[in-house]
Amino acid sequence: MASYSPNQFKNGLKIILDNDPCSITENIVVKPGKGQAFNRIKARNLKTGRVLERTFKSTESVVAADVEETDVEYLYNDGEQWHFMEPSSYEQFAADKVAVGDAVKWLKGQEKCVMTLWNGEPIAITPPNFVELAVAQTDPGLKGDTAQGGTKPATLETGTEVKVPLFIEEGDVLKIDTRTGDYVSRA
Amino acid sequence: MNNWRPGASFRLLQKRARMLKDIRNFFAERDIMEVETPLLSRFATTDPHLDSLQTRFRDQCLYLNTSPEYCMKRLLADNAVPIYQISKAFRDNESGPHHNPEFTMLEWYRPGFDLQQLMDEVTGLINMLMAEKHPGVRFQTISYQQVFEDYAGFNPHAVTVAECLQCANQHAIDIPVGLGAANDDLDDWLDWLLTQLVLPRLPRQEFSFIYDYPASQAALARIETSSNGYPVARRFELLYGELELANAFYELTDAAEQRLRFNQENSQRTSMGKPTIEMDTRLLTALEQGVVDCAGVAIGLDRLLMVLSECHSIDQVLAFSWQQA
Repeated sequence: MASYSPNQFKNGLKIILDNDPCSITENIVVKPGKGQAFNRIKARNLKTGRVLERTFKSTESVVAADVEETDVEYLYNDGEQWHFMEPSSYEQFAADKVAVGDAVKWLKGQEKCVMTLWNGEPIAITPPNFVELAVAQTDPGLKGDTAQGGTKPATLETGTEVKVPLFIEEGDVLKIDTRTGDYVSRA
Repeated sequence: MNNWRPGASFRLLQKRARMLKDIRNFFAERDIMEVETPLLSRFATTDPHLDSLQTRFRDQCLYLNTSPEYCMKRLLADNAVPIYQISKAFRDNESGPHHNPEFTMLEWYRPGFDLQQLMDEVTGLINMLMAEKHPGVRFQTISYQQVFEDYAGFNPHAVTVAECLQCANQHAIDIPVGLGAANDDLDDWLDWLLTQLVLPRLPRQEFSFIYDYPASQAALARIETSSNGYPVARRFELLYGELELANAFYELTDAAEQRLRFNQENSQRTSMGKPTIEMDTRLLTALEQGVVDCAGVAIGLDRLLMVLSECHSIDQVLAFSWQQA
């Protein structure tokens, strides 16, 4: 099994911590003048998104995580799993609810996503930064109230609720920032 | 693209130039001779906690020096006069807010001095450099034993690994992976508790000399018995707050003991999974010829410039850090 010495630690390196694949987000070397060096790291668990902190003696070794990211297109949901396709090879992948996570809020079909694979299995889906989705339901806004900054809830075609300006009507197609869940503009 | 520009401001480059000039004046006034020794050498340090960078000359492997100490001691064996050097030193695997793999070191040797006299001289040098911006900066002198007793609550010369573990738990200190319960981990435990518990509690904007280290951390210092009966390494370090600036030895000059240390360090390297390093036989021969009793100290000048200019990252005081070079 491939492994890394703490001397090789750097941001973005993928390692196994607590049996899960993690990506290093911070690496600080603690070294007394003449003594043993230690590496204190922060790492994001690629399955849960949780950030953990850990310190290693610099002479330890840490198991490498076989993690890769690949561009895929979302195809459909069969009720249990979400299916994606790698567009150049047509290879298909099925991701479970845990792997799809919050991306499910923005997927209706054909979105270009980034899939994180660990040992060849999907463990996380990152949706595009911006998606365009139609409004399925929203209450009518107040007439003439286009300049004011007020907002109201709207349910998108994926079932996700977002805050939109008062002038938005059912059937409007909206541009949404998936990183914040915020309305950006009408598409 | 702005990637050609220096990392340090012009004002800091001027400060560096001024610092180097002031240091050279300080030594000239004391009749201490400036010397130069090679950065490239076929010998490297055996210190298990230092990794040398390697390069080649034709088909011969050469190391970039981690400190000029071996060659400076050979000069002392030839002529027992006080000498100093301002040179580059290189260390693999050292990079961060306080580390650049290539850095500037001031090292000097004082025949006939003991560590107290050398501390006084270091204080004089730093007071001279600090006089303009921070006149009257405070210095404290405290033993390794006392600083542990004050801030960690135990005597480091008598503590066990189990007690270190207990201390870490008591103070809710993270325990590094690989720091075990075996007795030969004691020095690593002391290093860890020193960085996590002791150094952060040293007075912030003051200098601290810590002296008389455990005998197991002697490196190139003589081991003697302390006034309260523990074998200690006659060494001191200088810190500003928790930033380490200098390391000094009452120098080991016994060739047989030096050979033993080389062998001990190489077996420690083996147990750490590091390659062994050929011992510097030229240094051993020089020690057999006889090196005068002396004290020597090395100061990291980039860090000292950080203190003088109140910078928090070494990149701010380097014309170009290694990532910009």
